[in-house]
Amino acid sequence: MSRQLATFVLDGARYGVDVLKVQEALRSQVRTPVPLAPGGVAGLVNLRGQVVLTIDLRVRLGLAPLADDAEPMMVVVQVDGEPISLLVDEIGDVIDVDTDQFESPPETLDPSLRDVILGAYKLDTGLLLALDVERATAA
Amino acid sequence: MEDLDDIVHEFLVESHENLDQLDSDLVALESSPGSRDLLSSVFRTIHTIKGTSGFLAFGKLERVTHVGENLLVELRDGRRVMDQTTTDVLLRMVDSVRAILRAIEASGGEGDVDVDPVVDAIRAVLDGTVTPATEPAAPTKGKIVPRARRTAKAAAPAEAPAEPVAGPVTEPAPEVAPAQAATEVAPAAQASAAQASAAEHAPEAVLVAPAVPAVPTATAVAGPPPAAPPAASSSAPAPIQPEATVPDATPVHPAAVPPASDEATAVAPSPALPRGTFQRLAEVPHPHEPVEPQAPKAAAAAPTEAAQDAPQGRSAAESSIRVDVDLLDALMRQVGELVLARNAITRLADDTTDIDLVRASQRLSLIASELQEGVMKTRMQPIEHVWSKVPRMVRDLAAACDRQVRLEMVGGDTELDRSLLEAIKDPLTHLIRNAVDHGIEHPDERAEAGKRRVGVVALRAFHAGGQVVVEVTDDGKGIDPEKVAAKAVERGLRTSRQVATMATQELLQLLFLPGFSTAEAVTNVSGRGVGMDVVRTKIEAIGGTVEVESEVGRGTTWRLRIPLTLAIMPALTVECDDQLYAIPQVSLLELVALDTQTSGGAIEYVRSAPVYRLRGELLPLVDLREVFGAGERAEGGSTVIAVLQADTQRFGLVVDRVLNTEEIVVKPLSGRLKAIGLYAGATLLGDGRVSLILDVQAIGRRAMATEIGEASRAVGTHDAAERRETVQVLVAGIGGDRRVAIPLATVTRLEKLPAAMVEHVGGREVVQYRGSITPVVRLDRILGSAVADRDELTVVVSTRGARSVAIVVEEIVDIVDDDAAAHSDLGDHGLVGSTVLKDRVTELLDVRTAIAAADPLFYAEPERTAQDDPFDGADVAALATLAGARVADALTGSVR
Repeated sequence: MSRQLATFVLDGARYGVDVLKVQEALRSQVRTPVPLAPGGVAGLVNLRGQVVLTIDLRVRLGLAPLADDAEPMMVVVQVDGEPISLLVDEIGDVIDVDTDQFESPPETLDPSLRDVILGAYKLDTGLLLALDVERATAA
Repeated sequence: MEDLDDIVHEFLVESHENLDQLDSDLVALESSPGSRDLLSSVFRTIHTIKGTSGFLAFGKLERVTHVGENLLVELRDGRRVMDQTTTDVLLRMVDSVRAILRAIEASGGEGDVDVDPVVDAIRAVLDGTVTPATEPAAPTKGKIVPRARRTAKAAAPAEAPAEPVAGPVTEPAPEVAPAQAATEVAPAAQASAAQASAAEHAPEAVLVAPAVPAVPTATAVAGPPPAAPPAASSSAPAPIQPEATVPDATPVHPAAVPPASDEATAVAPSPALPRGTFQRLAEVPHPHEPVEPQAPKAAAAAPTEAAQDAPQGRSAAESSIRVDVDLLDALMRQVGELVLARNAITRLADDTTDIDLVRASQRLSLIASELQEGVMKTRMQPIEHVWSKVPRMVRDLAAACDRQVRLEMVGGDTELDRSLLEAIKDPLTHLIRNAVDHGIEHPDERAEAGKRRVGVVALRAFHAGGQVVVEVTDDGKGIDPEKVAAKAVERGLRTSRQVATMATQELLQLLFLPGFSTAEAVTNVSGRGVGMDVVRTKIEAIGGTVEVESEVGRGTTWRLRIPLTLAIMPALTVECDDQLYAIPQVSLLELVALDTQTSGGAIEYVRSAPVYRLRGELLPLVDLREVFGAGERAEGGSTVIAVLQADTQRFGLVVDRVLNTEEIVVKPLSGRLKAIGLYAGATLLGDGRVSLILDVQAIGRRAMATEIGEASRAVGTHDAAERRETVQVLVAGIGGDRRVAIPLATVTRLEKLPAAMVEHVGGREVVQYRGSITPVVRLDRILGSAVADRDELTVVVSTRGARSVAIVVEEIVDIVDDDAAAHSDLGDHGLVGSTVLKDRVTELLDVRTAIAAADPLFYAEPERTAQDDPFDGADVAALATLAGARVADALTGSVR
């Protein structure tokens, strides 16, 4: 069985989310920080008149913050009917993957990440990590 | 099937509206049984439901409404008087109809609603087999009989005219007869007031007159006279039989059946009545004509009323259409966007010199405002929509609680946004229930208290200051603050010492604490402990506030303040840590600009709590930077205090800068951020930036809650504290980097006094403090410390009875717990020892010696303990509360 994943790059690794959950991908915008918000909340953006919460995936995935001069991209996904914007380094293609290529994450993966990363698709070009959007965006 | 569903849906919507109206109509009808307008309205509603339910094949619904209609027909045609039993069964019918409608709404079918009992009950009333049904009728007859006899005796000649009258009149139009009689009687009885017998009836005649206007309208509705004879004949036997003992008067009685006619008939045989009137009346075939010439007053009043009503009803139906609420919501959202776009354009135009753009922007601004207002109006509904259920509810409640209640409603046409109306429904219901159940006393109690037996519950709605105010007032027993205090202590919500220092208004605020209910017994109406806190939560959820005012023995007023609309509101934008935040204008009282460079000491500290003296009163301050955990404000910058109202407490929110006020559109905040609890939502500013809207109530409560939390922690450790002999002490600097501890129990007040106030009496220094000469103790001099002279003295005032002493210190440091076990006896003259407080060696002041040095007689008066001296205790506790100190109860363990 095959499905489509929208991919993006974070710290050199490729990640993918179900393309049906992705609303759009766009350049990052001015974010309004939210004091006292849980970690990983990068702020609020104005998406055509809608106030959308932004999650910094680098923080969620325990990666070092992006260099100051680099500009992140936003992938807007629908979670429980609410749009949420994910900050990523680069946006990739939409890729057809096959369930045969899927494998659960290795035991050696940090338990806190195992919640967020569903597993990996072994593609010819490298590994594509499948992200659990609900868990990645959960406060 | 789709089409059918639409029809059913429409039917449900319409019926629900109609039923609400029906409830009020029926209750109103009970108090004015003669009102044909109300009867017709009720009849029409039921008839419509019946017709549609038959068409949609809802059998049960049809059955219930059918019997109900039968009963209503009798009422409408005047064959039956509206009494309590009738009202009861009709209300039960409405309830059943509602239950069935609910079932239809939920499942599409009628469900298993059992209609038989109601149908039977209505049938029983119709048949007159129910005993209670005849009961109310009995006294009426009883009234008539003696009166008829009396008249018969007093005026024998009257019998003659009475007989011929009854015959002809009853046949064509039974309703007309009493009306005529009444109108005729009113002036007639007055005219013949000299006659003894007539004088007896005069008051009744006057009473009848106001009831008359209803009749002409009714006759118009009643339709063709031919329908009347059977009505008359069918109802006639009932009254005649029991009164057969009064043969002379009997012909009059058929007329006694229609509403509002009993008094009239009783008066009818009065000798003052000219015979001719009746004959003329009987001859006229159409009921309308005789009314006009013979009773100009009645005729003038009633038709005008009817004329006004009719066109209104028609125009309302023609000039309004049903609009889907979703559509309105979408429209409102779009207007919100437009307002934001307008804000953006306005901002752009402000920076330009292009006169055309400025003009266009102004025009856009104007149009957007008007459009916004218009769309908002479409969502506005009069508060009557919520109130329509109240008369019924109050009636049922009053009956259930054995109270006599009159309901007054003022300002029902005050309009509120639909969603807000929906939101205040439950809180309002709760307040009204409370008013009837707890507010209004039992009639006997009221009579004892010298009040009218019938209590008044008043609902008032009006606009004030851009908000809608809804008041629920009762003239009942009021809320006893003492009881509230006792209950709060009993429930462990506050300590007895805490309540002792609270003002009445503060005590009443305790009612809003979760888990509070003063009802001595839990009734099925209210008093389950889930009450006012829920009311407050709900009202605050929509940006409103609740206030309560009460006077023991006089009554209670609950006041809800509700914003006109949720979607768009004026707000103040402020800056803090380079970010903009919006503060809803409704909570803003005033702004105070602080220039820290020139008035460095404007913010003062009571213990660690910052305060600001606002026109002589201490205003607790909350620094937004501290709330957000942001970095310290740069030195020398200016700040602004936004004075805000949270609950009953005012507090100042310290922000970096205030920008402007703007109409903001509230955008919902992601659920993931709600847990923070500081934001009421988000909005877009004119430049497109997102800005958070501060939840003022939450911020205020959070800041105050830390105090309460600390206080309750202090209460929790109270026992342990006593065992460990912990005393709260005030730590003060006395210069030379030395600190002394003064037991808090001896501290009455902290003051700052200008040094120039110090005067001399002999060799002593004194100040005039609160109208008395108060000796000054310079601790630095007693304890041999060097202090530079200052313009302002920091003074610890100790009061005992009528005597006070002002102890001058260098600065107030803190209030801390002092454990006697840690004391060292290392000391000096004027000290009782030393200890370590806050990691610093602190000298323990020998207060007695220090004070005695200034006022040898201070301790000469009989010894009193701190607990016996409420002034001391109260004042210090108040001070400590202000300071946010862990307070009060530690005092009980204090040494004096």
